[in-house]
Amino acid sequence: MREITASGQTVEEAKENALRQLGLTEDQVNLEVIDEGKKGLLGIFGSKRAYVKVQEKIDLAKIGQQFLQSVSLEMGVEVDVKVHNNDDELVFELVGEKIGLLIGKRGQTLNALQYLTHLAVNKVDASQYVTVVVDAENYRERRNETLHQLAEKLASKAVRTGEDVKIEPMPSFERKIIHTALHDHDSVTTHSEGKDPNRYIVIKPNK
Amino acid sequence: MKALIETIVQPLVDHPEEVQVTVEETDEKIRYHLTVNENDVGKVIGKNGRIAKAIRTVVHAAGSDIDKKIFVDIM
Repeated sequence: MREITASGQTVEEAKENALRQLGLTEDQVNLEVIDEGKKGLLGIFGSKRAYVKVQEKIDLAKIGQQFLQSVSLEMGVEVDVKVHNNDDELVFELVGEKIGLLIGKRGQTLNALQYLTHLAVNKVDASQYVTVVVDAENYRERRNETLHQLAEKLASKAVRTGEDVKIEPMPSFERKIIHTALHDHDSVTTHSEGKDPNRYIVIKPNK
Repeated sequence: MKALIETIVQPLVDHPEEVQVTVEETDEKIRYHLTVNENDVGKVIGKNGRIAKAIRTVVHAAGSDIDKKIFVDIM
């Protein structure tokens, strides 16, 4: 990890000097101001230079990409891993043949890979935290639609039978899709029971 | 498969050099024993066994073309 100290007339200038020397942009570094400096009289007498310490941030996207690539390779599947970076979310997209093996039944393999990648990525640097999404062949969007349909169907069943309907265990981000889908439903309420990884949703008809 | 388990586990622990996987194979099953530094045990099991479950899911997917039952034991 590269780290340098640089100076300038102002903090801003010191920062620019440091970034130029490292050849990096502001979002790729951690910045620490060591001395704010002083302008001094007429910019000459009693002036003090500003000092900053700039440290290259660990590239979490690269860490996740390498992790997924080597794990897939050991699974016998060659993949390209594309990364989309939005704010504090890293979306890794697996592209290649035999992707079905990496998705698995109801996405369980993809979810396991997503969870393990999340752990590997967030272990590296305590000063950064990111949400990790691992996707393949648009699985997340397709699953989102399926879960919406499932939510509607089971809500109708709960209303029709007047009994609670339990859904099979799902990871938290999938439960959230169901809760949200039924949030404004007039005739049912939803809640979760059990402990992860076996936590599941119960749809309750209103009395 | 041994390499797969090592590839998954090493980035998750504080002592990657102490990750060890041994194999025990019979006619109908393959059993992998994973050992890590005692301070890393929680990092490969997780709350309610969540991490262990994820590791097993990936190993089972990779071994789906093997005609034997696969087990991953931790410690």
